[in-house]
Amino acid sequence: MPQHGDSASMSALDGLIASDRAPTNARPDLLTEDDIWALLQEVKDPEVPAISVVELGIIRAVHWDGKELTVDVTPTYSGCPATELIEELIVEALRDAGVRNPTINQVLTPAWTTDWITTEGKEKLRAFGIAPPETSSGKMSLLGESAVITCPHCGSNDTERVSEFGSTACKALYRCKECLEPFDYFKCI
Amino acid sequence: MTQTQALQEYLLRLADSDMILGQRLCELCGKAPALEEEMALMNTALDLIGQARNWYEYVAELIDDGRDPDKLVFRRDAHDYRNLLLTEQPNEDFAVTMGRQFFFDVWHYFTLNSLARSSDERIAGIASKALKEATYHLRRSSEWVKRLGDGTEESHRRMQDAVDILWRFTGELITPDDTDHAMAEAGIGPDPEPLAQDWRGMVNEVLTQATLTPGAEDAWMYMGGKHGEHTEHLGFILAEMQFLQRAYPDATTW
Repeated sequence: MPQHGDSASMSALDGLIASDRAPTNARPDLLTEDDIWALLQEVKDPEVPAISVVELGIIRAVHWDGKELTVDVTPTYSGCPATELIEELIVEALRDAGVRNPTINQVLTPAWTTDWITTEGKEKLRAFGIAPPETSSGKMSLLGESAVITCPHCGSNDTERVSEFGSTACKALYRCKECLEPFDYFKCI
Repeated sequence: MTQTQALQEYLLRLADSDMILGQRLCELCGKAPALEEEMALMNTALDLIGQARNWYEYVAELIDDGRDPDKLVFRRDAHDYRNLLLTEQPNEDFAVTMGRQFFFDVWHYFTLNSLARSSDERIAGIASKALKEATYHLRRSSEWVKRLGDGTEESHRRMQDAVDILWRFTGELITPDDTDHAMAEAGIGPDPEPLAQDWRGMVNEVLTQATLTPGAEDAWMYMGGKHGEHTEHLGFILAEMQFLQRAYPDATTW
């Protein structure tokens, strides 16, 4: 399991290099867990920059243990190539705010589901041109997704699936038969 | 064989099968019959390789001899690989590619379904994640088998050929050995008998809808992948996959 910012091995060298030191204007001791959540709200999904990692529902928990901050992150898909980049972006954002050596803890259980995308996140996806997941993941049947997928461009329900898989693992490819535009659909899992 | 050894062995099978099939599918990058199908094949490969990494990370911790997932993948030779023979079979035409995927996906779906309830929490976590992905894979591959089987004369002939070519490698999926039994008894792995029944049931159902004829249940089957005895194809896959790591061991910048 990747553990960024291994504090044990770094402790001897702590603060020796200027870039390792927290900015002098930073007050990490004042950051509450709510502040951290607000901070992470600014970290965008690199594949879908319209929504943040919080709105995507992949931040599972944030907790302080003394001066050590741990962020629990879950991947959307087992092989999502953005997972490591997202972890780096989170660490970077936290360091910029003065949190020294935050730990990213990758959790697999319970598995991420599109139900965890927030309501605002779904609206932002739609505005970005990606149809958000329509049904609850529990309703997805093995042999077909019966839900009507609404075109994010014109709002028509007259759409068809072009491919089960789209430009990234989390999306499928659809086409609107009304406005004829192709669009991505955020698969329901 | 202790239970820890059986667990390592079992996890390697899951990891290696995902890895080798993922690598096989990657060969189609830039060569698939249509753009959408290429994306689908690569997405499937990505899911499988991601799942493989999760299994390898666990097995690397259990083996605990300093090898990380990369070393397990790039520094083992064919006889140390434990993947199912089906996964190393060549892509051939699209019917064979989808037929291989279908037979694998049915096995994968029911296996993960059971592993998601494993007494080993780590396995249950990885499996419940992977199950969501495998469900998508199965839906797509079974649709293709039906479309090709119940399609034109040409697509039907090719899909039937694919079933006939691949059938001899399917016995291994549902024939348990000591490791499988040990895992089932420990509540870690699936019960072999229901797994075999579920696999046969779904395969027969889809092939019937596809107007295809399954092979005989008592057909002679190639076995051995789970014990490191592979068909000639695995060596060629590894030669390509491992070249860089073998030529420049431990290089960190490419």
